[in-house]
Amino acid sequence: MDENAVRSADPVLELRDVRMHFGGVVALKGVSASIPRGIIQSVIGPNGAGKTTLLNCVSGLLTPSSGGVVFQGEPVQGKPPHEIARRGMSRTFQHVALFPRMSVRENVMVGRHARTRAGFWASGFRLPFMRTEEARIRSDAEAWLDFVGLGAERDLPAGALPLGKQKILEIARALATDPVLILLDEPAGGLNTRETEELGELLKRIQQKGVTVVLVEHDMNLVMDISDRVLVLHFGQVLACGSPAEIKDNPDVIQAYLGEDWANGGGGPHGRSSDSEKEEMSC
Amino acid sequence: MTHREKASFIALTVFLAVFPWIAGMSRSFGHYIDVMIFAGIFCLVTLGLSLLMGFAGQISLAQAAFFGIGAYGSGILTGHFHWNPWAALLASAGAAAAVAWIVGVPALRLKGHYLAMATLGFGVIVHIVMNEEVDWTGGPSGLGGIPGMSCAGRKISGDAAWFYLVWAFVLAAFLFSRHVLHSRIGRALRAIHDDEKAAEAMGVPVSILKVQVFVYSAVLASVGGSLYAHYVSFLSPGSFDLMWSVRFVLMVVVGGMQSLWGALVGTVLLTFIGNEWLQVFADFEILVYGGILLVMALFVPQGLVVWLDALVRSKARPVSTPSDNGS
Amino acid sequence: MADIFHGAAWLQYALGGVTIGAIYALVALGYNIIYNVTEIINFAQGEFVMLGGLFGVFYYQTCGLPLGAAVLCAVATVGLTGLLLERYVIRRARHATVLSMIIVTIAFSILLKGGAMLAWGKDPYRLPAFSRSGAFLWQGVAVQPQALWVLGISAVVVGVLTVFFRTSFYGKAMLACADNAEAARLVGIPVRTMVLLSFGLSAAVGAVAGAAICPITLMEYDRGALLGLKGFGAAVLGGLGQFYGALVAGIVLGLAESLCAGYVSSGYKDAVALVLLMLALFFKPEGLFGSKEAAGLKRF
Repeated sequence: MDENAVRSADPVLELRDVRMHFGGVVALKGVSASIPRGIIQSVIGPNGAGKTTLLNCVSGLLTPSSGGVVFQGEPVQGKPPHEIARRGMSRTFQHVALFPRMSVRENVMVGRHARTRAGFWASGFRLPFMRTEEARIRSDAEAWLDFVGLGAERDLPAGALPLGKQKILEIARALATDPVLILLDEPAGGLNTRETEELGELLKRIQQKGVTVVLVEHDMNLVMDISDRVLVLHFGQVLACGSPAEIKDNPDVIQAYLGEDWANGGGGPHGRSSDSEKEEMSC
Repeated sequence: MTHREKASFIALTVFLAVFPWIAGMSRSFGHYIDVMIFAGIFCLVTLGLSLLMGFAGQISLAQAAFFGIGAYGSGILTGHFHWNPWAALLASAGAAAAVAWIVGVPALRLKGHYLAMATLGFGVIVHIVMNEEVDWTGGPSGLGGIPGMSCAGRKISGDAAWFYLVWAFVLAAFLFSRHVLHSRIGRALRAIHDDEKAAEAMGVPVSILKVQVFVYSAVLASVGGSLYAHYVSFLSPGSFDLMWSVRFVLMVVVGGMQSLWGALVGTVLLTFIGNEWLQVFADFEILVYGGILLVMALFVPQGLVVWLDALVRSKARPVSTPSDNGS
Repeated sequence: MADIFHGAAWLQYALGGVTIGAIYALVALGYNIIYNVTEIINFAQGEFVMLGGLFGVFYYQTCGLPLGAAVLCAVATVGLTGLLLERYVIRRARHATVLSMIIVTIAFSILLKGGAMLAWGKDPYRLPAFSRSGAFLWQGVAVQPQALWVLGISAVVVGVLTVFFRTSFYGKAMLACADNAEAARLVGIPVRTMVLLSFGLSAAVGAVAGAAICPITLMEYDRGALLGLKGFGAAVLGGLGQFYGALVAGIVLGLAESLCAGYVSSGYKDAVALVLLMLALFFKPEGLFGSKEAAGLKRF
């Protein structure tokens, strides 16, 4: 991971006019952004804005119809998800996608797959290097479980955990891949206030480890609390991008979320937008 | 290995060690050794298939074709070209692996069940080749005169010797498969089975692993076929048709897709049924197989081993009696 | 110029190829009907074709019905079998994995084959040609009237199905079910009934093909597998779910097979359709006429 520090001036992720359409439906209409290393970047927007589609295009689940995704200086659009994961990008899913029948520990151990190499034949014959690697995978997984606070539940089947802990487990699994960038799709969905606070603290600890965090979220308290930057997506386009404070007061954003009345001075804090705020936010 | 697994494995080894001796004592049971030899050979096919179906979640309808590649490969190399049988076995397995790779790579890189269709077509093609290439395979009249095998200088002859040879292979394949399942690869396979897209997002190369499992199943089937060729010393295409591929699938479904023990149990059970008790009802064989497969797929999809295991566990738990509630 | 046609071997093969190709096209349509409504591949489709021929023989020879009535009864019986398959087998397995569904339809196909073997034995049977007249010469090649029957019946079936799916309520409802069963249910379409109908219709179409081809080639209990497989090849080659694709692909397959049998090797002719199927799966799984996008959205 040290070699990455040398390139710290370059953005870890660049989106260049990413477009995505499914037959007649246009989900992303040209999204561009540049995400610097080490920040917590939130992506917000009303339902249907294209946030999950964007994550899917970045992580390789979808191939953008056009446009480029550049990760650590290399174009990755159209590459298979496992290849992108190997390069250092990991993610969680909006609807928890754990391996329910495997234990909590085993779920995280799967995360180590791309960083380890014992193959079919080495495993079948139980070669010595495979055995030492297995032991290390196990201890690595347990370390990550301790980091996120799930150490006690190691042996339970993942499907038996309550939703809040499942979401944390998914994050632990994603961290086990040793990512440079982690994409989180609504990690606070379904969590109560206390759990959301703990999630916020966890995300800050992840940032302290040097991992860049991209967070798709609806929980505005969490977003405003921990984000370094916020990108607002609306109808598949970037509506605004800036610091949490700037976004909070942006009338276009308010209009998108709350409707015309608020933006036109009905109930919003600042009424009509002034000229300076109409400048495009660079992201 | 858990204690239960270890105990079961030891019990199995002991049983296999004494079986020929015990069965040989009675004339009426003596020929069961022969049936068990066939069961063992088929177990090699179904062990690989159960990994493919139970963990990679794919179905192959061409296992009989790979079985046939091993059988005809060994038969031709040793019969026509006088190769050493062990070298022929390895060469045939290599051929089966290559073919499986060629079919598997394009079929498995797509989402969905293209492998089912591709193996269906491929299996029938191989069967046609067996029938048509008379110069090599003898065509419908069959290929005879396949020499026997020797191990460490001694010729393998007699049912007892074949029994031990075949089941030694089965135990080795069982252990190898079990080691794979309890390794990084096995975890990846189980992850693919639980949630393929999540597995891929975590860096598991899904398609590559599926191909690896498919190739493994083809290699095992081929080894089984080679042993079969040397045991029966005469091959005909009728033993390698689509119906046989379906029989292998049936064995795995009956025993249980997600359990290696299931593959063994299902195979031995159905080999006995097919060999023994359906001799009387030969006309009903296809109907019965179809019926069993349908019933299992609809009502006991987890297979007999898992079903019985759950049954035994639930009975073992103590049940509270009505008198407890009164006090 | 006329000489290249007159009495030419290739013309003879081509005619035979188009005839059998029409049958493959019908079988492919059967797959497409069920696939369009349910995204299921019915591996038992070939057995419906086989039963169409054998039931035709049953009603004609054993029951003594006139040929036309016998064929109609056969189609109805097999259609009923399709309905039973859906109602008592498929419906039960509806929420199982795709793998289970494949196993279930394969199991049912074996059941049908086993039953046919018990009922009719292993002998091949033949129906008489639908019209009495013998073969006639056209451009110097012998044409069997039954071949014209096959082509004519196929054209009628295709026409009826096209009209049904394009204009009738039930037809359009069936297509809606495939796209989005939930939405279809919400607008009042009885999805279960549509699925049931699709199986019955598909089986009936298969039976028509079986009865029509029976006078030309014989029908026996185990012909279903190969016919089903080749019909499936036509379905994939044409693009799963594509009506006109199935027609074109069926004819192409039949021609390729017939020409191979004539010029290359008759033993390998069955392999031709299968090789084309595999090439289609490997290089263009959405088929000649399917769209990659649509194929990617399907469940199978």
